[in-house]
Amino acid sequence: MTDTVKTAVPAKSATNYARQFERVALLIVWALTIALFSFLIPNNFLNWGNFSIMFASYAPAALLALAIIIPLTAGDYDLSVGATLTLAASTIGVLNVWQHMPIGLVLVIVLLMGVAVGLFHALFIVYFRVPSLVVTLGSTSLMSGIVQLITNSSTIGGIDNSLIMAAVGYRLFGIPYAFYYALAAALIMWYIFDFMPLGRRLLFVGRGREVARLNGISVNKVRVGALVMSAVLASAAGILYAGVLGSADPYSGLNYLLPAFAAAFLGATTIQPGRFNPWGTIVAVYFLATGITGLSMLGIPLWVTNVFNGGALILAVTISQITRGREASDIG
Amino acid sequence: MTQQPDQALQDPATEPGAHTALPVLSVANLSKSFGGAKALQNVSFDVLPGEVHGLLGKNGSGKSTLVKILAGFHAPDEGGTLQFNGERVSLPLKAGEGRRLGMAFVHQNLGLVPSLTVLENLRLVELTKGGKAFINWPAERAAAHQALTRFGLDIDPDERVDRLTPVQRALLAIVRAFEEIEAARAITGKPGLVLLDEPTPFLPASGVAQLFELVRSITALGSSVIFISHDIDEVMEITDRITVLRDGKQSGELARADATHEKIVEMIVGQSISRGQVRKSEKTSFPVYARFEGLSDKMLQPSDLHVGKGEILGLTGLIGSGYEEVPYLAFGARSGASGTIKIEDGAAFAQSTLTPADAIERGFALLPGDRQADSGVDSLSIVDNMFLPDIDRFFRGGFMRNGAMVREAKELGKEYEVRPNDPALKLSALSGGNAQKVLIARWMNRSPLLLLLDEPTQGVDVGTRQQIFAALRKAAAGGMSIICASSEAEQLAEICDRVLVFARGRICDEITGDRLTKEGISEACYVSAGPASMNTTPRVA
Repeated sequence: MTDTVKTAVPAKSATNYARQFERVALLIVWALTIALFSFLIPNNFLNWGNFSIMFASYAPAALLALAIIIPLTAGDYDLSVGATLTLAASTIGVLNVWQHMPIGLVLVIVLLMGVAVGLFHALFIVYFRVPSLVVTLGSTSLMSGIVQLITNSSTIGGIDNSLIMAAVGYRLFGIPYAFYYALAAALIMWYIFDFMPLGRRLLFVGRGREVARLNGISVNKVRVGALVMSAVLASAAGILYAGVLGSADPYSGLNYLLPAFAAAFLGATTIQPGRFNPWGTIVAVYFLATGITGLSMLGIPLWVTNVFNGGALILAVTISQITRGREASDIG
Repeated sequence: MTQQPDQALQDPATEPGAHTALPVLSVANLSKSFGGAKALQNVSFDVLPGEVHGLLGKNGSGKSTLVKILAGFHAPDEGGTLQFNGERVSLPLKAGEGRRLGMAFVHQNLGLVPSLTVLENLRLVELTKGGKAFINWPAERAAAHQALTRFGLDIDPDERVDRLTPVQRALLAIVRAFEEIEAARAITGKPGLVLLDEPTPFLPASGVAQLFELVRSITALGSSVIFISHDIDEVMEITDRITVLRDGKQSGELARADATHEKIVEMIVGQSISRGQVRKSEKTSFPVYARFEGLSDKMLQPSDLHVGKGEILGLTGLIGSGYEEVPYLAFGARSGASGTIKIEDGAAFAQSTLTPADAIERGFALLPGDRQADSGVDSLSIVDNMFLPDIDRFFRGGFMRNGAMVREAKELGKEYEVRPNDPALKLSALSGGNAQKVLIARWMNRSPLLLLLDEPTQGVDVGTRQQIFAALRKAAAGGMSIICASSEAEQLAEICDRVLVFARGRICDEITGDRLTKEGISEACYVSAGPASMNTTPRVA
């Protein structure tokens, strides 16, 4: 019941400039980062080969970040995407390399496993009403254990060459296909989020569950759908990960979780500020990737990467919050 | 504008003697502008010790801005002064300053933590204050018990706040505020001030009476109360003096003795609105549109009721009497309910099979009472909120037609006089009344066959209220059936063709014809509630 005072006209146009700037701020910062590293590492950084490798090797991370923003928009956390990625990659290793199953069949099995993981989450989150943070934290540990069991905690090499070719073998404009899969996923999500009624429903379910329900939206179906989509996309990220590496590593996938969350929240400060959005997420992933690539080329020790990831996230979300003048945050 | 102290109306006997002439709160020339817009201009008033001071005004009149300045949330423009018990206080008020001086606020959301106990809420400040090695629970419990008994509140200190009734919660919040100013008074020796910001809209008449008793016992001890409300009758009953704001300016100050309902409305609105200017239809019988049989849930005993085509049916009663459940049950919005619903000549179906999605499909519409929790999403745009149940209609050729949506929202906003009419703004950019207009437009635009309303004009100013009433009458004349649950007898008398009065989960009276007046409805509520109700005297003095 608060009275809102109409914003005065001059103040409004200033606000509009700030808002317009906010949309592109991260892109500008990204460009500046590229310029800085090009200056510091004159010969090796700014070349197409370097960037094409970066675009391809971070494609699984991009898919993972895209997976996260679906349930986040619907108001649920999925912390298990890292473990789902690892489970998917390991399953490919086990079934394809050890059990000699054809790769096509393996991929179908892995994607169906994603559906199963999503439904498992949905059972506890939506049906038993256990907080999503708890369920997905638990299932992370659960899946990690299963991965250790099925792989004997060893890296499995020798995955079918056609998967590797499909991920990094073929190139368009010098960039391996892996990158375009991530772009295609972002494009489809953009269409769903912005141009389909489903996107609007997802948003209302996340921001006001009771409002959504009383307006005829089947809130439970939307939440189940979001959790399943997230797990399926995380499995797809696992497939891409196995393809990019050419092997199934039972451990390293989990390291993607925090950067993916960082990218999701960082992405919500750009392109469509205040909303988890696919293009913002893609920009955020590759901005972080640029920083990490540059830093490692400078020979800076590994711990700096973690500091960079975390620092960039906190700083960007803080700056975005300041430009909004302490208005209540729309995300998280 | 400053009021002369000798005009004070309070009984000198309740005065603590020495402070007779010294106002507890004295504000002078307070102004506040946001960008170029002046939200508040040169507002000055005094609150005397032991006085209940009413503050009235429409949404957007500057009332909230004034409260936010007093709470230290906004810094006023240069030139304004604020004195508390004669002490000049520098503005903006610093955090904790209000508490030190003896000023406490009870906002409409009450500021209680639902998952904690009464004791923990009541002693929040003491329990969380630093500088203590441990918490002396027996002492805290004794203090809480003492505070509750002093005001005759029969609440278990170990009960969780979310298990209390709304009335108990409101009273608890006020007792806590009063305990705060008493603590300050023990140090300063000067009277304090409690500001009640619209504490009554969620309360039934008996709860309001209890609240007023509490207010009187506070002022009897020499402290003062600022009382903010939309309900003019309440303000006339409890306050000693009234300050009215309009468009950020003070449109007047009245002693209660000089105040009449019409005069106050005129000061609030700036012109006189004759009450009841919306003409009721002369029809007395309507063909039955929907018939509900054995409708019941936790609060409602099996009840039979029907609404005619083109009829506006009012539902009322004291709180807990079950009337407020009916719109939600009829919409399939509550689980654990039973009963059957029959639409015109169709087959009767069980209420438990109805979901909100089915209800919308059948042409029902529900406008819930709790706007922010159930009706609209503040952080999303006006256009998205307006067309939430219609989004599929804008999905053409594989794409959402966002442009068409905005254009249609703009037209609809114009028709329902939403200000400012910019569909791209977030819903939170609108005042309460304007946000409600958006949500009413959402459903009216679908021309529902059955419109279900729960407190449709809660927190809505007098002018907007008239617009909403006119829109409802027009829709009913066009054949829409409307069920309106409301605790406001005045509103029901104005728009309804027939009113059902509930008591203890049952329908106990049906009011039509000449009895359909504000007084008739209020009386029926109290009579039907029986001697168990603690307040059987009319509230209007």
